[in-house]
Amino acid sequence: MKNVCFYFKIHQPFRLKRYRFFAIGNSNYYFDDFANDDIITRLVEQSYSPMVDTLLDIIKENGKGFKCAISITGTAIEQIELYAPEFNEKLRKLADTGCVEFLSETYSHSLASLEDPEEFMRDVKMHDTLIKRLYGQTPKVFTNTELIYDDDIALLISSMGFKTALTEGAKHILGWKSPNYVYKAASAPGLKLLLTNDKLSEDISRRFARTDWDEYPLTADKYVDWIASLPEEEQVVNLYFSMDTFGSFLPKDTGIFDFMRALPRFAKERGVVFTTPSEAVAKLKPVGELAIPYPISGTDEARDVSAWKGNDLQREALNKLYSVSERVSLCSDRRLKQDWEYLQSSDHFYYMSTKNLADGAAHSSFSPYDSPFSAFTNYMNVLADFLVRVQEQFPEAIENEELNSLLLTIRNQAAEIDELNKEVKTLRNNILNADDSNNLPEVKEPEDGKPASRPARQRKTAAAKKK
Amino acid sequence: MKALMFGWEFPPHILGGLGTASYGLTKGMHANGNMDITFVIPKPWGDEEKGFANIIGACNTPVAWRDVSWDYVQSRIGKFMDPQLYFDLRDHIYADFNYMKLNDLGCIEFSGRYPDNILEEINNYSIVAGVIARTVPCDVIHSHDWLTYPAGIHAKNVTGKPLVIHVHATDFDRSRGNVNPTVFAIEKDGMNNADHIITVSDLTRRTVIEKYGISPDKVTTVHNAVIPLSDDLLNLPRRDKKEKVVTFLGRITMQKGPEYFVEAAAKVLNKSKNVRFVMAGSGDMMEAMIKLAAKRGIADRFHFTGFLKGKEVYEMLADSDVYIMPSVSEPFGISPLEAMEMGVPSIISKQSGCAEILHNVIKTDYWDIDAMADAIHAITSYPALYHQLRNDGIEEIKGITWEKAGRKVIDIYEKVIGNM
Repeated sequence: MKNVCFYFKIHQPFRLKRYRFFAIGNSNYYFDDFANDDIITRLVEQSYSPMVDTLLDIIKENGKGFKCAISITGTAIEQIELYAPEFNEKLRKLADTGCVEFLSETYSHSLASLEDPEEFMRDVKMHDTLIKRLYGQTPKVFTNTELIYDDDIALLISSMGFKTALTEGAKHILGWKSPNYVYKAASAPGLKLLLTNDKLSEDISRRFARTDWDEYPLTADKYVDWIASLPEEEQVVNLYFSMDTFGSFLPKDTGIFDFMRALPRFAKERGVVFTTPSEAVAKLKPVGELAIPYPISGTDEARDVSAWKGNDLQREALNKLYSVSERVSLCSDRRLKQDWEYLQSSDHFYYMSTKNLADGAAHSSFSPYDSPFSAFTNYMNVLADFLVRVQEQFPEAIENEELNSLLLTIRNQAAEIDELNKEVKTLRNNILNADDSNNLPEVKEPEDGKPASRPARQRKTAAAKKK
Repeated sequence: MKALMFGWEFPPHILGGLGTASYGLTKGMHANGNMDITFVIPKPWGDEEKGFANIIGACNTPVAWRDVSWDYVQSRIGKFMDPQLYFDLRDHIYADFNYMKLNDLGCIEFSGRYPDNILEEINNYSIVAGVIARTVPCDVIHSHDWLTYPAGIHAKNVTGKPLVIHVHATDFDRSRGNVNPTVFAIEKDGMNNADHIITVSDLTRRTVIEKYGISPDKVTTVHNAVIPLSDDLLNLPRRDKKEKVVTFLGRITMQKGPEYFVEAAAKVLNKSKNVRFVMAGSGDMMEAMIKLAAKRGIADRFHFTGFLKGKEVYEMLADSDVYIMPSVSEPFGISPLEAMEMGVPSIISKQSGCAEILHNVIKTDYWDIDAMADAIHAITSYPALYHQLRNDGIEEIKGITWEKAGRKVIDIYEKVIGNM
């Protein structure tokens, strides 16, 4: 029996507006609302909405006979809530069917897994909390930004309690191994790995509408047949798509939605079962270990992380961004934290790629910029302003650790004041009680602000120590 | 294959990009082998590089018979050409030009520059071309820029060989649209008579097709290239300095968009102080630019060097952190390629032909001073961008060679010869 798991990915970054250097320090709104609105609205209309409708129809027709997984980033959810809230209702409906599993990932579609483990864990938790709140599911299966994965990341997500992760199964990474099995991570044996089947995924996403393809036209019948005729022992086929493949990249008139609708019927005939990733790993045992010493991903010809860290521009921007990670986590300014999320989206770095040929064409087709250099310039200008704002929160002269202890003191102040107040109260009561008998002069009640002067003094001495 | 080329400038005595391009192309064609090129210029100085082309000076070509001895010719023009060639040319004088002002050798004087009586000089050049075309055997005739189109047409009529004209610029580029009707007529006549037209960019190709009404199948783009600089230029020392230098290098004329550079500089200086701007070159807008810089209050950080020549150009580049070319209309523009070769990150206007082939540069619209200022700020403030552009730029230029351009021109020759 073959298990097929469909994954639909929804992500949109907050694209930056044209931000010239003379705005640094003067203007701290960074985002191109018009473009973001325009793109998400168009995609919802052309692709997301009809696709989710299709999925709802399929589930209605087939009941538990159809299952799939959805991975949606926090930034995409925010944009949907801002610009196309009706679509969020549809996603909720989809969640309510019980046939759809929502996956865990980073909130901002970030590269934090490669740059900053602490920030990564925080970002994932933030995402999963949102999913729980909106769709009532606590994600169990992890999928990193663009399927980025290596042994270190395996350790990291395993330590966060995940038992399953999805990553890239490209041929030149796996070698002779087949992606159609469950594996386990070499560095964290408790972590089961599901691998995407690139060939079968791309038969749809890249070749479905290509009339020069020798298999054109691809019918549901034929496609299910390919899956059914895989070797007997290969039991799970993971098909991973960006949701905008359906309806946007492959427009409605290619027949893609009808193709999807027809899949369950033929699957039933051939004994192919749809499943969610959690069910798949529950059913199947890992056949072996997979060691991935260098990070892989599902992007570009090389399937490595060169799409985001391939040149000096990208590395510089990432370094500068994550240099303030700890500082940002210490501060409590909500707008600053929001911008911090949005600036982490991997897309900003993807636009800075200087690759040529097919990869380069893919990069520039998604980019709102006319060149990688203007992508970098614009991002760095925004980042420069952002760094100024972080600095304004805390002077640069104070080391992170010291700052941490100071902040701890400040935060504990409230508790301390409460405690002192209580103490004063009891003492006063005692005095009052005593007063009744002894007629002693009354003690003046301390004002609210006063006890605060004590920790403030502490702060001063801490700062003095630094000098 | 024998090519007879008509040009106006030739290094080292050049006034603009035309000479550099003619020289590079000729050398690149020669490198492809089996090319025998005769290159005619108005006035050779004797220090031109020889070996890849046979240079004939129009000012050394007799148009009227003078009875002179071999020794006399040798002593007069021996350093420019073989006296035998003088006598061969003298045998092919086709009319009596004694009414003209001629020297002792029966030759017309040429300035070799762009004098006020340029139209007369063009005409004289064409008269001389008749003598040369009758003397020097050729398979194809190639004219560089409008000054030499009449000469090319004349040579075509005399020999019946195909004429290829090379458009390095049109009057639309030079005048921002206010074309000189006489120049336009000469250009148009050249294009009509040409068997094929080579343009230095697609931008120029469009101008030729749209403004001159030429059939598109007669016009082919062959982008210019750059001659590898010598090691002593590439290794010129950089002065140690804390301040960044942004350089504009070229004629200070309307076509080059100098005022946009001044405005962008003012925007940058408004924000950051450790940048200096240099406008190197001379031209009819220089005074206006000095006034503008003063008016914007940036004269202390905006410098004018005057005209730079020879090695000075490269010394200036070696000291620069950014090269900028905000040309309003630039048929090609070789200088950014040289800047990149020197490792200087460049900002060029989208309205320049070289923008069609360059990747590791920042391209802005010439009028978009915000974008230009932003690009200057980015290169001077973000070291990663500076290094990326510098390193990849040097690599990119290595792949842009005159040999490849020369190959394309030879292919065009073969086509027009085959069509005859």
